[in-house]
This record gives sequence, structure tokens and C-alpha cells, in this order.
Amino acid sequence: MSTSTHKRPQRSAPIDGIEPSEVRTAPQHLVWVAVGVGLAIALIAGFALNLSLGLVLGYLAYLLTAYLSFRATAGSRVGLDQLMRGLIYGAFALALLPLISLLWTVVSNGAMRAFSSAFLNQTMNGVTGLNDQNYFDGNADFIGGAYHAIIGTLEITAIATIISVPIGMFTAIYLVEYAQGTRLSKAIRFFVDVMTGIPSIVAGLFAFALFGSIFGVGTKNGIAGAVALAVLMIPTVVRNSEEMLRIVPNELREAALALGVPKWRVIYKVVLPTAASGLASGITLAIARVIGETAPLLVAVGGFYALNTNPFSGPIQTLAVYAYEMFTKPLNPGFRDPSLERAWAAALILVLIVVALNLTARLIAKLFAPKKSGR
Amino acid sequence: MSKQIDVHDLNIFYGNFHAVQDVSMTIEARSVTAFIGPSGCGKSTFLRTLNRMHEVIPGGRVKGQVLVDGKDLYARSVDPVDVRRQVGMVFQRPNPFPTMSIKENVLAGVKLNSKRISAAAGDELAEKSLRGANLWGEVKDRLDKPGSGLSGGQQQRLCIARAIAVQPEVILMDEPCSALDPISTLAVEDLIDELKQDYTVVIVTHNMQQAARVSDRTGFFNLEATGKPGQLVEMGDTQRIFNNPAEKATEDYISGRFG
Repeated sequence: MSTSTHKRPQRSAPIDGIEPSEVRTAPQHLVWVAVGVGLAIALIAGFALNLSLGLVLGYLAYLLTAYLSFRATAGSRVGLDQLMRGLIYGAFALALLPLISLLWTVVSNGAMRAFSSAFLNQTMNGVTGLNDQNYFDGNADFIGGAYHAIIGTLEITAIATIISVPIGMFTAIYLVEYAQGTRLSKAIRFFVDVMTGIPSIVAGLFAFALFGSIFGVGTKNGIAGAVALAVLMIPTVVRNSEEMLRIVPNELREAALALGVPKWRVIYKVVLPTAASGLASGITLAIARVIGETAPLLVAVGGFYALNTNPFSGPIQTLAVYAYEMFTKPLNPGFRDPSLERAWAAALILVLIVVALNLTARLIAKLFAPKKSGR
Repeated sequence: MSKQIDVHDLNIFYGNFHAVQDVSMTIEARSVTAFIGPSGCGKSTFLRTLNRMHEVIPGGRVKGQVLVDGKDLYARSVDPVDVRRQVGMVFQRPNPFPTMSIKENVLAGVKLNSKRISAAAGDELAEKSLRGANLWGEVKDRLDKPGSGLSGGQQQRLCIARAIAVQPEVILMDEPCSALDPISTLAVEDLIDELKQDYTVVIVTHNMQQAARVSDRTGFFNLEATGKPGQLVEMGDTQRIFNNPAEKATEDYISGRFG
């Protein structure tokens, strides 16, 4: 091999077993060939055997075709890339499948009843199995809705938010601004993590036992339910808020301190506004997390057939408990359908509230976000 | 307005780590004093003790005296918040508040303390401070736009305007130009020259030409070895420090023969 100092060295002769690489173009239309093969297999197997087996076989056929054809035309690296691509799309579809199926089931079963004025405006007060039977026979209109449950859910969740947001936010402020690295902060953080894992039924039993021991055994009211939800909500609020406060640049705190601003004002006027979007969306997500809880509310609040807006006295109906009761204890065991319709409709309303909360969180994050541009 | 600062036997600690040892010096009023020295020698740490920003860091503590016109900043009865209103500070990286407009940034010292200020007085103070920071002409048409939309050099002058709007007596600058390009640096240096008419200015810099250009007096900090506390090696008129240093270490450092 001849090498000179001013010229690039010549490519050396091929070594046994190592092919010099060359640039090859991957024929992209092969993807469609693979998709076609997959679909064909899926259709054939789907009709011959059954639908799900057909889908699985079709997917495998797609993977194999894509891998082999790309490998043959563009080399093993491209073939492997196509194989991995296919696997990742498959995993994505698999993860999405239950979600779509769930949403579809809820919407298709609940949509027709959920938006009727009877369901949204009436409680179950005075509604009996006889009414359902008459409706089922076509002798009367549908009556009996979830108005009381919607109000109850919003009310109890609002109280839980009022309890847990100040506690959670102040804990986060203490952890980030005052107790950075101290032993107490480590202990608090540990217990908050433990609290995150508390099963929701335990929170419900805790609230039930707490109110039972103070106001007499068997006390069920809205506040007890709100306390149970707050137990579940506080750790989420603390963790979310802590993360948001931690990413506020320290330079901003120092800049404000150096202007002669007291520390509490720096937190109140600089740190919190800077983190506002994250804090607000974190809180909204924490609300969305607890609004659909069933077990703790069943234990601590119970269910009720009529509207009760007084959280201090007596059981209050909530959407999740309403759906559960309608499903397990239909008003008329002989004519279950009207009660099942109510259960599905309540589930749909709950899903819609959660979706609305998530969208609100995004909107808030956008509205409060510090303005970046403006040149 | 401006005041003289006397430091007596100041020792600075981070927890148990002794960061700066036995510094005594006099910083003259209405002048620019520069601190130079290698990284980690404690010049920024020392600067932060002059307005009690050092103790913001967990474990930060100080022994010794810092007298501003004879009053000890570290006396027990002194509130660090009041000290910081008298001794303003500009940081290495420009740090305007992202949630505030340009005008709100300038008035931050007033607004954050919830002092009542009439709209007219606020406008006047903002204009005066921005003019003082040589920024008025560039931003007067967009005072309500976010401060983070300005260029780096403009942001740094905005931070200087913010510091002088509190009407301090001393302005501390911690490597104010190290994140700026040469043109912005020139603008800030010109500004420093004007500020010394009214304020006592103390500046930390890694750029020795900058120290030579802007300062009247220069202090050289050094440390014997990593892990040892930093010390003030010598201090004097900038002319003398750069032309005729008394200590060998100073001469080695400014001539680039360090280490």
C-alpha cells in the first residue's frame, strides 16, 4: 500500500470477510408492498379463522415482508430499521387499543341517554322500578337522572381541592424554598412518596374512621368524602408543585433578593408567577385524578337518591358511585336496561369532565406561560 | 449618594469550607474598583458578602466587618433586606424577570415591594433609570414588551437599569460582560464609566483588559492551592497594579505566566 503525506491514502484492498460499504437507496414503495401483504393475510385469515387471529397474522406478515424485502434491496441495517419501526408502531397500536375501545364503549352506550334533559335535570327522587317498567313498556317517558350526582361530584371535588391545594402548595414551597437538603425535607419527601401509593379504599376508610370517632360511628357526609379525596390528592399536588418550583431559575430569586425584596415577597411575586402555568396545570391534573374515585366515596359519603347540597350532613350522591349503584342494584331487577343506561350515561359524563379538566390544564399552561418573544 | 466601604478581617465560609481568608480593604466612593484573579479564588464570593447575598446560599456565613460609611452591614440589628436596597447587584448572566415587561422589570424593585407609586412617577423613574443605563433610546417604543425579548447586551443593561432604579449607593457587578459580545461589552463598559459619577462601583472580571480599562483601583485575589482559602494578594491603583505590581504572583497573573 502506497501512502504519501500530501495525498489521501488509497483505499486498501478488501479484507477477507469485510465488504466495503456502498451507498444504496432504499426503495420506499416496498413499505406499501409490505402493507398490502399484511392486509391480504389479515383478510384471508380473518375470514377463514377469526378476526383477532387474522389481525395478528397480518401484522406478523407485514413485519416479515418489510424486513426481508428491505434487507434484500438495501442491506441489513435498513431491514432492521424497518423491522424496529414496525414493532414500535405495533406497540403503539397495542397501547392505544384499550383506550379507544374504552372510549368507544362508553360513548356508544352512554351518548343517547347522557344528553337528554331528563338525565341532566332530574334526580332519582321518587323514581321507582315501576317507572322503569312503564318506560320499558312504552307507557311513559324516561324519568330519573344524575343531576344530584353531577352536583355532588363537583361539590365534593371542589371541597377536596380547597383542602389539598393550600396544604400541597405550601408543602412544596417549604421543601423547595426553605428546607432544601435538610433532614426534615427528606423525611417529608419520603412520606409524600409513601402517600402517593396509598390505595384509595384505605383513604376512604381513614376518613370514615376519623369522622366516626369524632361525630359518632357511621357518620357519612360530604366533608368526610372530601377529606378522603384530599388524602389522595395532596401527594400529587406536592410532587407536581415541587417539580414546577424547582425549575424556576435560581437567578430570578437572586435577582429579586438583590433588589432588596424580602424572601416571602420573592416567592409570592417572582417564583409563583413564573411557575404559575405549571402549578395550575398540575393542580388540574390532580383534580382529574381524584374526580372519578369510587371506593373512598362509597365508604365515606355513601350514595343518595336525591339532591343534597349540604356537605356537613348526610350522604351525597356522586357520579362514580351513581354508576356503580345503577349497575349493581338496578331499580327494577326485571327491567334492568333503564338503570344500565343511567350507569353508562353517568360514566360518559365523568369521562367528559375529566377530558374537560385536561383541556383546561393545557389552556391554563398556555395562558400563564411566560412570554418568550416580543422583539 | 455613593459611599465608601471598609472591610476588616473578613473570613467567608460555605458550611465548614473556608472560602476567603482575612480580607481587609477600602473601596473608595465614586470610583470603580475591579477584582481580578483565577477562577475559584473567592472574588465573586467576596463580592456577594458586600450586600449580604452570600448568606442566601445554604451554609454561607461570614466573620469580620464590612463597614459602609462606618456602619457595619453584619451588625445584629441590620436587616439584610435593607442592605440589598443600598447595595445593588448585577449578575453574570442577564436575568430579567420573564413574567414582566421591560418597564415592569425596571420598576421591579418598587413593584415587588408593593410600594405605591403613581403612574407618572413610575414612568419618570423608568425613563430616568433606562437613560442611566443607556438603554432608553433602544426600548422607548416597546416598554410593554417582555424583557426577555431583548438581546443579551440589552438585557444586561436592563438589569443595570433595574438595579439603579432602587437608587442604591453601591453597585456590585459580578462578571457583567462575560456573557456578552464585544459591542455589548463596550456599551456596558461605557456605562460603568458614567455610573461612577454617582455610585460606588465594584466589578469582578476575568478580563484583565477590562479591569485596566474601566477601573480606578484593582484588587488581585489568589489562592495557594485548590481547597485552600482565597486571599487578597494586593490592591492598589489600577495603573500601578498593571505596570508595577508589588507581588510576584500579581505580575505572573497579569502577564499570563500564571501557575
